[in-house]
Amino acid sequence: MGYMIGNQQKNQHLWWRAGFGPPADQVHELSKLKPESLFHSILKASEKKPALFDVADPELKERVMGNGQMAAGKMLALKPEERQMIRKQSVQDIAKLNVRWLQEMTTSPAQLREKMSLFWHGHFASKTINILYDEALLNIIRENALDNFRDLLFNVSKSASMIQFLNNNQNKKGHPNENFARELMELFTIGRGHYTETDVKESARAFTGWGANLQGEYDFRPRQHDDGIKTFFGKTGNLSGEDVLEILLAQKQTALFITGKIYRYFVNETVDEERVNSLASRFYDSGYDIRALMISIFTASWFFDQKNIGSQIKSPVLWMVGLRRQLPMEIQNPAVQLIIERLLGQVLFSPPNVAGWPGGKHWIDSSSLMLRLQIPALIYKSDVILSRPKDDDDVMMGTRDQVFARNGRKSMNAGAQLFQAKIFWNEYIKDFDKIKDSEIYAAIRDLLLQRVLPMNENEMIKYIDESNREARIQSITIRLMGTPEYQLC
Amino acid sequence: MLINRRKFLHLGSLATGTLMLPKFLKAFDSPAYGISGNKVLVVLQLSGGNDGLNTVIPIRNDIYYRERPGLAITKDKALSLDTEAGLHPSLSNIKALYDEGNLAILNNVGYPNPDRSHFRSMDIWQSASSSDEYLNSGWLGRYLDAQCPGCSKPTQVLEMDDMLSLALSGEQMKGIALRDPKRLYETSQDPFFKDSLLAGMREQAEDPTSYLYKVMAETLSGADYIFQQSKLRPSVTVYPNSEIGKNLKTIASLISSDINTRVYYVSLGSFDTHVGQQAKQEKLFIDLNDAIKPFTDDLKSNHRFEDVLMMSFSEFGRRVGENSSGGTDHGTANNMFLISGGLKNKGLLNGMPDLSNLTEGDLNQQLDFKRVYATVLNKWLQADDYKILGKKYEYLNFI
Repeated sequence: MGYMIGNQQKNQHLWWRAGFGPPADQVHELSKLKPESLFHSILKASEKKPALFDVADPELKERVMGNGQMAAGKMLALKPEERQMIRKQSVQDIAKLNVRWLQEMTTSPAQLREKMSLFWHGHFASKTINILYDEALLNIIRENALDNFRDLLFNVSKSASMIQFLNNNQNKKGHPNENFARELMELFTIGRGHYTETDVKESARAFTGWGANLQGEYDFRPRQHDDGIKTFFGKTGNLSGEDVLEILLAQKQTALFITGKIYRYFVNETVDEERVNSLASRFYDSGYDIRALMISIFTASWFFDQKNIGSQIKSPVLWMVGLRRQLPMEIQNPAVQLIIERLLGQVLFSPPNVAGWPGGKHWIDSSSLMLRLQIPALIYKSDVILSRPKDDDDVMMGTRDQVFARNGRKSMNAGAQLFQAKIFWNEYIKDFDKIKDSEIYAAIRDLLLQRVLPMNENEMIKYIDESNREARIQSITIRLMGTPEYQLC
Repeated sequence: MLINRRKFLHLGSLATGTLMLPKFLKAFDSPAYGISGNKVLVVLQLSGGNDGLNTVIPIRNDIYYRERPGLAITKDKALSLDTEAGLHPSLSNIKALYDEGNLAILNNVGYPNPDRSHFRSMDIWQSASSSDEYLNSGWLGRYLDAQCPGCSKPTQVLEMDDMLSLALSGEQMKGIALRDPKRLYETSQDPFFKDSLLAGMREQAEDPTSYLYKVMAETLSGADYIFQQSKLRPSVTVYPNSEIGKNLKTIASLISSDINTRVYYVSLGSFDTHVGQQAKQEKLFIDLNDAIKPFTDDLKSNHRFEDVLMMSFSEFGRRVGENSSGGTDHGTANNMFLISGGLKNKGLLNGMPDLSNLTEGDLNQQLDFKRVYATVLNKWLQADDYKILGKKYEYLNFI
């Protein structure tokens, strides 16, 4: 590695960046395919619109969204216990949606679409405890992830989730709430330092009247809208929220901000300014065509430069999904993945704040690193994870004991989660059928790691079960997954 | 500390003398272990939003009794501090600290434009940001950054938990989280980790590989060091078997050792009492009360109470009016306890909350929590509070 980068490493690089890591059933193709053709097949698999998620409990849906009967007025008339029940159901369903999406990331051929969706999920960070809102926002993101940033921005801004999370529903004529307007500029479009406090105030007025109904649909309330004259980025008039979004999209800085963030996420945290400028210009000229931008990135020769390969710390979700893709398994208690998400610091639908997950080195501290190094062995042995995540009061709403009782634990102090998984070793081992015993170690290493492993085979040998070929393949795999280099992609 | 060094060299000896110890391991090799000053801070996080008004009770305030017909604690039940204020009846050991002059209380602490979401408000308190700013590091993590640029002594900041909080995560350095020194040690003993680390240390890797090995080295050596220290002078005092009891016992044992830790972080919860507040808050307070007595006794008998400051906080207080489920909903300003044998000013340091002057049913904050942080950083930990908080705050004078 390092001198001549072979197709296998390039293809693995593609799989990790344009998806969630190479799938087990493609091992033989990795060294044969040309990266361009691999990318085009990944892209093609992501072309069609995704099947939308629909995991919310039907009864809950009927109660909250039902046609007329149970709608608006009745929701308010609910007894506190009934509301508590709805909340609980909602929290459970959000966990279900989380597991469902992890499954999709693991098995869907539309790898690029799901990966882009995870990126946008962090970019348009929102946290509600309403399953219907969360599901609707995710569906918007997954539908638009590879299409047009303008459509994505409009749909997200008008989603019930974002309207609630950033308080646009409380943004009324005469009493503006600036939360959405500020984050729209700071985090979603042009970035800090490119707008003034006056821009925030004026655009907040433009968004007055934006709301969502119980069905989760955008609901404009003309009587709450401030239709006075506003001035925003040099444009004066009775500006609407839509006008503000258009004006922001007309700023080249928006294309630059988004492209820079995409580059840091998909290529390298250290930005090559010139390259990003040129990508951003094309992105802007294309009218914000996300697909075209991603094609420019993943087919560029610089994408495969040594400095970009293995240069990133996998996010907890990428780490966990990538592991499942390389080592096919059936997790008997899929909810254990949520515990891992929490322990490693990335719970889907629960970003740390509206700025999303900071990523990179922020993923790693002594606790999270040690867990990452241990978990592959725990899965292998179906062993117990002793660590225990912190409480999430926003989700538990003071019902911690019940929540844990439902998860089959006596109390928080039980503090252990069994990782029960059936690993399909036969399938995995078959991938190495044609490889000689003497070359097995190197083959597995080069498949699992994108960086040179400092430990050599001789140093590794005492940790490898040499009793037979199967045991050897298994123990090499599990040990390599417990190295610092496995954290990188 | 010698044991630790010997152990570490033992680990290093596997790779013979040709091995150049990287700078980050030399940190543990220096004779001046830790940083100057022997003051210790213990942060007690009351997670979930503790109801401050039923903690420090305004026993002569009619509005309090009017707004809380079910939840108000009557004057005769409260442990009276002065004519205006009383403590929750379950906090008798904290009342005793008050009587001894080892407790100070700050009321009405908060920040402008308060946020009522747990995670956001906790984020604000832990990162010491303002409510419209998002920081990726915590105030104690930045303390760690500021203390020792370039070197690596993450054991200076420890959290009693399996996961590290944002508060202890700096831009360059991060504290260490552990629930039990022995368990952390045993985990770190896997020879595979040591061999990986030694191999990793041979290479001059670049970021982010070097960062991973740095954290790994700090964890393995830190785990060893903490465990050896925890055995040096373990507390023999009886603590309750609760989690907070166990954690405070570990902290007391470490404080009496030679460890370089300056900050301990421990949480208790959940105080999110929307429903059935009376029983829930009482249960948590009993746990706290029962644990705090052996803890302060330990510190006193080891003559460390003057050097240790315990500071409590919660991400927000609760609304003044009770709700219809025997609970209270998310509010704003709250009180903080400061417990130490080395307080300059004690008792109730500022006035009780003004219940006749509310904003939409919530208390108005009068004291930015960052002023408390600045005071503790500057006057207790002798740290550069301006560098850590990014702004100059006027100091208070309780220490």
